[in-house]
Amino acid sequence: MSVSSRGRLERAIEHLLFACASVSILVTIGILSVLVFETVQFFRTVSPIEFLFGTTWTPLFFDKQFGVLPLVAGTVLVSSVAMAVALPAGLLTAIYLSEYAPTSVRRVVKPVLEVLAGVPTVVYGYFALLFVTPLLQQLVPGLAGFNALSPGLVMGIMILPMVSSLSEDALHSVPSGLREAAYALGATRAQATVRVVVPAAFSGISAAAILAVSRAIGETMIVTIAAGQQPRLTGNPLVPIETMTAYIVQVSLGDTPAGTIEYQTIFAVGMLLFVSTFALNMVSQWLRERLREEYS
Amino acid sequence: MTLRRRFNQSVDWAFQALGLVVTVLGLVVLVTLLVDIARDGLSRVSWQFVTSFPSRRPEDAGVYAALVGSVFVIGLTALIAIPLGVGSAIYLEEYSRRSRWSRLIELNIANLAGVPSIIYGLLGLALFVRALGFGRSVLAGASTLALLVLPVVILSTREALRAVPPSLREGSYALGATRWQTIWYQVLPAALPGTVTGLILALSRAIGETAPLIAIGALTYVPFAPDGIWSPFTVLPIQIFNWVSRPQAEFLRNAAAGIIVLLGLLLAMNGAATFIRDRAQIKTDR
Repeated sequence: MSVSSRGRLERAIEHLLFACASVSILVTIGILSVLVFETVQFFRTVSPIEFLFGTTWTPLFFDKQFGVLPLVAGTVLVSSVAMAVALPAGLLTAIYLSEYAPTSVRRVVKPVLEVLAGVPTVVYGYFALLFVTPLLQQLVPGLAGFNALSPGLVMGIMILPMVSSLSEDALHSVPSGLREAAYALGATRAQATVRVVVPAAFSGISAAAILAVSRAIGETMIVTIAAGQQPRLTGNPLVPIETMTAYIVQVSLGDTPAGTIEYQTIFAVGMLLFVSTFALNMVSQWLRERLREEYS
Repeated sequence: MTLRRRFNQSVDWAFQALGLVVTVLGLVVLVTLLVDIARDGLSRVSWQFVTSFPSRRPEDAGVYAALVGSVFVIGLTALIAIPLGVGSAIYLEEYSRRSRWSRLIELNIANLAGVPSIIYGLLGLALFVRALGFGRSVLAGASTLALLVLPVVILSTREALRAVPPSLREGSYALGATRWQTIWYQVLPAALPGTVTGLILALSRAIGETAPLIAIGALTYVPFAPDGIWSPFTVLPIQIFNWVSRPQAEFLRNAAAGIIVLLGLLLAMNGAATFIRDRAQIKTDR
């Protein structure tokens, strides 16, 4: 092969690979245009004010109301329960693994956490509906068969591995000089951890927490299976509710023709979901970058 | 002072004990979950269950259509996602010159990895099912899942490429090889085990996905196995979801049995990934 034709081949391959890498940009553009297009259609019928601040969500009924707040409330409620489990448990796990655990314990715990993160969400949904809810009903009187508490708890276990592994990375990136300085001043390991290491890793730990919130908001199958399908503006975790994601699934299961207002609602709700998770992901990424800059 | 010291030490001890208890929590939940599902469904798993089509009578129903559907969809997902993902990773790791464009691509991939899977379902519904006219076919499902796992494939492949020592590339260049020759004959073979492990893990994530496939309108009741990329289909997680949503206890048992089949499939894939990784480790250790 002559040198110039080899050069052409080299350049062609580089262009091809560049095209592959650009597909990911196209995916983002695709997501945005699909969501924006259908949402604009939706807002021709329903005013954004009514959508964002209305308190009744009944687009599938004869008397249609398009206030998304009940779905938002359901999402926030389940995610709060999940975070109440995942944040303390994940952080403590991370601290234990990073500051205390002997290698043998780490070698057992890390793969188990990986398995927890890899279990399909439909399996967690089954577990929440048929194991956790009946168990909780014996402890909590008045707990409905579908509720926000049980899927929230199970979701917390599901995102625990993510919180713990990201927090552990953050704790690891704290220079050991800081710990040694604390010990030299007579601090115990707990004191050094709580007063020096955790504050030093704070931006990384917040990044983990925010990413976990984003994951909880976007989780779909656990809540679809175990939380019920009744949009309700409530802070009570014992009654059936509906999240934004579960609503999208509910409509998708029926046969909704394109162009109808019901069809457009799932994109409007999807838009809201996308914007909130996107914002959280950006903040999380910014915090992680700050941690990297602090200690490198 | 000694009292204070003793107090501090017991706090330290209690803190450690608390950490251990919480750490074990994950293990306890995992075991409970597995035992619960095995107790509910193990007696239902049989050859008949794996080879039967769904049925209105729970005792006759099986996962055959869903199992074949899952294998079809994941196979096609792999065919789409692997070339795209590995190609992107090679570009970003071996070619890109830290330009503003490649910085944008990297930021974008990190963000895509955090987009909820149901949103990919909406993209698939509007783009593949409607705009491109794929219908509710295996191809539409696989394309949707391919876009979903693309960020994971790119990130894990980049990591495998980064683990290849620069000396290997430099040696190849010193012998007069071009950039692509170096990548094709030196870097990719060296990065292969890590890449394959990452790919299998990405695909095992796709095989458990339910929400995006429901969003594109995959059917919940499919009494036939898919026979091509244009065929309607269902997958194991959707079949399980369908059974969980029914009130009859017999269908719930089927759901548990379906979960056992799904977890078995996942276990096999993860086993393969670990096997490949360990074998590569032995090779490099020698």
